[in-house]
Amino acid sequence: MKTAFTEITNGKPTERAAIPHLPFPDFRREALAIVQGGGRVVHFFGYEESDAVKLMAVLRDDDRLLAAGCDAPEAYDALTRECEPFHMFEREIAEQFGIRPEGHPWLKMVRYHPNYRSAPDVFGNDYGEDIPGRYDYYAVDGEEIHEVAVGPVHAGVIEPGHFRFNCIGERVLHLEIHLGYQHRSVEPLLTGNDYRRWPIIVEGIAGDTAIGHGLCMAQAVEGLTDLEVDAGARISRTIALEFERIANHVGDLGALSGDVAFLPPANYCGRMRGDFLNMSLWMCGNRFGKGLVRPGGVRFPMTDEDRKVLTGRIDELQPQVAHVIGLLFGTSSVRARFDGCGAVSRSDAGHLGLVGPAGRACGLPYDARRVFPTENYRRLSIPENAEPTGDVYARAKIRGDEVLQSIDLIRSMLRNPVETAIIEEWPKDFAPGAVVATVNEAWRGEVSHCLITDDAGKVVRYKIKDPSFHNWNGLAMSLRDTGISDFPLNNKSYNLSYCGFDL
Amino acid sequence: MLNTLRNRFEQGYRTSAYPKEPIELPARYRGRPVVNPDASGDDAVQCAEACPQAAIDAENRTVDMGRCVFCGYCERLSDGRFVSFTQDFELGTADRTHLITAGDLPDLADHSERHFRKLFGRSLQLRQVSAAGCNACEADLNVLATPFFDLARFGINFVASPRHADGIVVTGPISRNMKTALMETYDATPAPKVVIAVGACAISGGPFYGSPEVSEGLESLLPVDLFIPGCPPHPLTNLHALLTFFK
Repeated sequence: MKTAFTEITNGKPTERAAIPHLPFPDFRREALAIVQGGGRVVHFFGYEESDAVKLMAVLRDDDRLLAAGCDAPEAYDALTRECEPFHMFEREIAEQFGIRPEGHPWLKMVRYHPNYRSAPDVFGNDYGEDIPGRYDYYAVDGEEIHEVAVGPVHAGVIEPGHFRFNCIGERVLHLEIHLGYQHRSVEPLLTGNDYRRWPIIVEGIAGDTAIGHGLCMAQAVEGLTDLEVDAGARISRTIALEFERIANHVGDLGALSGDVAFLPPANYCGRMRGDFLNMSLWMCGNRFGKGLVRPGGVRFPMTDEDRKVLTGRIDELQPQVAHVIGLLFGTSSVRARFDGCGAVSRSDAGHLGLVGPAGRACGLPYDARRVFPTENYRRLSIPENAEPTGDVYARAKIRGDEVLQSIDLIRSMLRNPVETAIIEEWPKDFAPGAVVATVNEAWRGEVSHCLITDDAGKVVRYKIKDPSFHNWNGLAMSLRDTGISDFPLNNKSYNLSYCGFDL
Repeated sequence: MLNTLRNRFEQGYRTSAYPKEPIELPARYRGRPVVNPDASGDDAVQCAEACPQAAIDAENRTVDMGRCVFCGYCERLSDGRFVSFTQDFELGTADRTHLITAGDLPDLADHSERHFRKLFGRSLQLRQVSAAGCNACEADLNVLATPFFDLARFGINFVASPRHADGIVVTGPISRNMKTALMETYDATPAPKVVIAVGACAISGGPFYGSPEVSEGLESLLPVDLFIPGCPPHPLTNLHALLTFFK
């Protein structure tokens, strides 16, 4: 497809002058054409420069990342009116910069904070008031309609968020998910502080995705400072990302089993998840992999002894994991609850822009490890996973399959003894006037960071996108016409990040 | 049925003997930091300036475990001459100031309030509140319910409502948007009640210190009885602190 957007490479900086800066109408038309033609939104965000707000979009089609920018009008015709995947991004721009997308069908705040340039507030909020301010919950009218409000503090050891169900009897007509309670202002915290704090901050964007976000940051800095990462470090980082995937998937399969009252896998998976976290602990001293990845490589070596220990543990665990997954999917009472529950159609998944296992469960096979490979993924063969049914079963099945695939990937990498240099120093001198976007497939799906530097090489904009930014609306869609008692089951099948969304 | 039984036998018995028997963590685990009193001033200043968490006081030769995320950068930088991290995971303290240490921690059991043991020693029900936590602290509290740690065998449980709880366990740097919900949860917990701060964020703001959207730690809002440092604290650190403080 011919487009005014320009192709950029994952992790490689592009001179800002080489990225088309279009008149707004052209930018709008071209962006819509790409996404309406089957493309997806990776980033669409605002940034401030010499007191003016500019917009930048990074889109993807089948195998390319495409970027362009424009000056931001104070108000403009919302892209979402014609193309739903822009929905969350336009709300975020409105909240961060006070730019109004006219005619946006669902123009509500995202995280509840004053905008960055003290412009008039798009939502009419006074932020002296507690969250949610002037937030209009969607309400269904009718004599027998009732609402159920849950959160922000939930009944388990989990993060906060507010869920508002409109029900008729036990049937949910609509679920509105309202977040923002976890907002820590991560993006301005990064640009406003010493680079030395970056690794520690990004590992806390979502602690269960410390490697995913850590890699996006490290690759962006490596791109901007032209730093080579040795082959051993690339393997260690890939192993760490796969351990993160396995631990989270295994934990969630156990939680799903617990939610349908089949307790054996719930307990076994809880324990086995810990065994995988303990392998991250073995690699770097932290169960979540915090402290392992840094720009330039890794902080801990992978010795022959490490390879031997990890291989031994995996050899012991692999059959246990396979048998428990077999037990879960082979139990008819489990299948009876998973099958058909919370189904999202492939077409809806496309409109919502679902990514990761949530998207693959709806028949969208996109996996950044295959399409935009980083680290060691170019040397690995990542199977194409897709399930047609879009229900709890499909989401669980994808995750179960990925666990076993990832175990094989790690085993194959552990057979490959490659020396690793240990790095500790922070690189200097970022490329001036550059844009870099990094994309990785973490366990929830596409994680991406996009950095823009000024003429002096200072990072003026650090944009973060967690896959949960795409996927929370998938959970809301799953609940349409579903019994309210199936909410926990659906929620666990996605297990989305509150803090990754709230930033 | 046969498959269920086969899995049961394959899984075996997994519950840890800790605290009856000691347990060892892998070599790269970084626990209680120890400062070398004879280190050169240069090493001390270099580490203090380089610490991304501003957790090191070069003059007094201390590390603030409430700010530290145990990344180990200072140990590498000084090649262990100034700070080294031990394998000791028993890090909980009853006082914020005890976390500022040159390496020695007071015995937590000596600082526990007698009436807490009497009230909660046999049964302790806790309500967890995540206030902008990154889900690492939350996850490593959650695992205490798995068979390896099996917290319930000590009479300690996490419950669904503050009304059923003897205290709250707070994680995260307490964002502006979670402050009211946290205070309401605290108010909804019947007295006498305990307050436990878990993780660098809840103790000091952690990795997010300096952000206008987070607090400087739970103690600026509520009286805190027990501090459990780490990013996140290892589950055994949590287990040790709960058992030592209340049992």
